[in-house]
Amino acid sequence: MSKEWPLWEVFIRGQHGMSHRHVGSLHAADAEMALKNARDVYTRRNEGVSMWVVESSNITASAPSDKGPLYEPSNSKIYRHPTFFDIPDEVGAM
Amino acid sequence: MYAQMVKSTGNLKTRDEMSPEEAHFQDRIDAGEKIEPKDWMPEGYRKTLIRQIGQHAHSEIVGQLPEGNWITRAPTLERKAILLAKVQDEAGHGLYLYCAAETLGVSRDELTEDLLSGRMKYSSIFNYPTLNWADIGAVGWLVDGAAIMNQVPLQRTSFGPYSRAMIRICKEESFHQRQGYDIMMKMAQGSEAQKRMAQDALNRVWYPALMMFGPSDKDSVHSGQSMAWKIKINTNDELRQKFVDQTVPQAEFLGLTVPDENLKWNEEKGGYDFSEPDWNEFFEVVRGNGPCNTDRINARIKAWEDGAWVRDGLMAHAQKKSSQVAAE
Repeated sequence: MSKEWPLWEVFIRGQHGMSHRHVGSLHAADAEMALKNARDVYTRRNEGVSMWVVESSNITASAPSDKGPLYEPSNSKIYRHPTFFDIPDEVGAM
Repeated sequence: MYAQMVKSTGNLKTRDEMSPEEAHFQDRIDAGEKIEPKDWMPEGYRKTLIRQIGQHAHSEIVGQLPEGNWITRAPTLERKAILLAKVQDEAGHGLYLYCAAETLGVSRDELTEDLLSGRMKYSSIFNYPTLNWADIGAVGWLVDGAAIMNQVPLQRTSFGPYSRAMIRICKEESFHQRQGYDIMMKMAQGSEAQKRMAQDALNRVWYPALMMFGPSDKDSVHSGQSMAWKIKINTNDELRQKFVDQTVPQAEFLGLTVPDENLKWNEEKGGYDFSEPDWNEFFEVVRGNGPCNTDRINARIKAWEDGAWVRDGLMAHAQKKSSQVAAE
């Protein structure tokens, strides 16, 4: 019998990191082993203080071809950025 | 280099010969965009990258063998711990790269089986033996030095997962070269016998290290397409020249002599003239006739076969546990 261990995605929060970031993937038989392997493969130099592992098949990703419909609408809504509004200097910091 | 003889699939196409998709793909690469696994890509790009990244990954894994050979015989406990950490890094580098290759639709088992059957190669350098402790110094200094030379530009390669793996690897790799040079300094400044060992190691590793960059540009076909796709950034000869220019002063600092009578500074080109390695030897090693090819592959086959019951057992255990959870 030969069955490949499933693929897991590894997310790590660094010392000063605000959130967990994807760092890579690895194979493991189960979640516990995925965590142990993630520690060996992705934190050999003190990279993190917290790890998440998620089986890759559980991740739903957006399609590259949807880039237009998904993100272009926000291009025209520049008023969402504070710099859109001109506030006179006299008003002071805002 | 770590991927020396990667044939790219298909000849370099002119703009007129490209399909609209291919032209758009080339535009993205020319604009410096990264290609991600789910993006459209020419079949040749995918295939060439699987070969190249796979060969690179195999090199990291097989590369553990000549160094692992000296872990139990390192001269001090500290040297032993350092070498162990370096060899562990190589395993990590292999794993980053396998994962990058897997995003292109090849499985880890397929890659492993292709290595074991000889369908996929690894760098010729690891088919040479490490005969004594000075070789561990020379390997770190020269082999990792040559690897860095190739890997630094590959951080800018067009395929996102490969580029990210290279960035991670480069961060870790300079420790490897420094630990090798540190060993060489110790020995070059040591007793006469130690100095002789250091010189002997340099004599043996020098030409195999030059071979790591692959055949001379005049014999290296197929690289045009890979360069257009930005999966190869520099030519073999460019990198080899850079390596020699960087390494010769380091050898001088050690008081060691590079084993090349023709080595001479060339003011006009701003680099050293040097002798090419023996390319017949290179092609023989690639063909499987180097000093350690059989040992290396046999060691990988043994590890794969001896580990089968562990892989299967852990998988069976995981499945049993998850079915118990489902039943509760």
